[in-house]
Amino acid sequence: MGDLFSLFINSVFIGNILLAYFLGMCSFIAVSKNVETATGLGFAVIFVLTVTSPVNWFIYHGLLAPGALAWAGFPDLDLSFLKFITFIAVIAAIVQAVEMIIDKYSPLLYTTLGVFLPLIAVNCAILGTALFMVERNYTLMESIVFGAGSGTGWMLAIVSMAAIRNKIKYSDVPKGLQGFGITMIIAGLMAMTFMMFSGITL
Amino acid sequence: MRITAMSEEKERYIDIITRGIWKENPVAYQILGICSALAVTVKMSTALVMGIALTVVTAFSSLLISSMRKMIPSNIRIIAELAIIASLVIVTDQVLKAFFYDISKQLSIFVGLIITNCIVLGRAETYAMANKPLDSFFDGIGNGLGYSLVLIIVAFFRELLGSGKFLGFTVIPQFVFDAGYQNMGLMVLAPGAFFIIGLLVWLKNSLPGISKEER
Repeated sequence: MGDLFSLFINSVFIGNILLAYFLGMCSFIAVSKNVETATGLGFAVIFVLTVTSPVNWFIYHGLLAPGALAWAGFPDLDLSFLKFITFIAVIAAIVQAVEMIIDKYSPLLYTTLGVFLPLIAVNCAILGTALFMVERNYTLMESIVFGAGSGTGWMLAIVSMAAIRNKIKYSDVPKGLQGFGITMIIAGLMAMTFMMFSGITL
Repeated sequence: MRITAMSEEKERYIDIITRGIWKENPVAYQILGICSALAVTVKMSTALVMGIALTVVTAFSSLLISSMRKMIPSNIRIIAELAIIASLVIVTDQVLKAFFYDISKQLSIFVGLIITNCIVLGRAETYAMANKPLDSFFDGIGNGLGYSLVLIIVAFFRELLGSGKFLGFTVIPQFVFDAGYQNMGLMVLAPGAFFIIGLLVWLKNSLPGISKEER
């Protein structure tokens, strides 16, 4: 239990997928102009990550990992090279399904979350988390916690960035640096502050 | 007559390529594709390999998608494009694992993330779906090289300032260290990449003759 908690804290702060591994940059830059939209996208990412991580875990360990098909009579088969195409297909399918379910049962949630869901299918944060999960050999529980933690970390980063960008509108930023340039520099400063958590051991 | 036609053709391809490399450079101008760009820029060698991998994938995915553009139904085009790109990435990954095992270990998951790289899908969507195969191929090369250029610039500064090296060789002489110079640890960490990209965009926006970043 303590290990899982420590993994969660680690994936939210020290190993933040956005600020330490640069995953999900595109939408981070494009959608961080407004706090409300950023929050909506943040929740959508947490949700999708928490759902897709265990599904991808089952698919990888049940079908793709070396020796996973031993039950079907292929003990030597190693399909792990198919993980890229499988994960992206699983993610796209789940995102599509989630979008339809939300649309059907909760129109209110759909108006806030639904518009972001198609964007998420090609968000590198989702695929990156699935690939990290394989590379770091997480167990099922660990991959769920890692998915949720990564999503939370991503949301924390994008919401704070949106809040900072709201304030920066009123500042006198040098001309060439306005927009994208200053956003990157703020992201750098945020990455530095997130790194200060790295001394913590739980 | 024939020769002028050929050289015109050639000029057009060169123009398509340079557009991607400088005038409409995908990283700084279109703000696309920085996702996976920065994590591999701690060292020059990984950045180079990543740049080559992305250029190959973009060029061939544009070529393939463009030659199939009349066959792909428009409502499932994203899935079709993703399938083509993902297959190319798998091939690239296997080639890297076979011939450059050490570097492929260092690139870890970031080769796989080429699939979700906005440049590849962006070029497929905006250019390859509407243009001839060979044009799209050169457009892919141009955009891939432009992306590599940014990666290499960032990697150059990070490796030089962070560890005093260039392509793995120490280039900062010992007497500079003796005089009190120190490597900047910050550059090796993630924030360094953010700062360099920010300053690079500033530099690019200040140079004349390039379309400005929108606010």
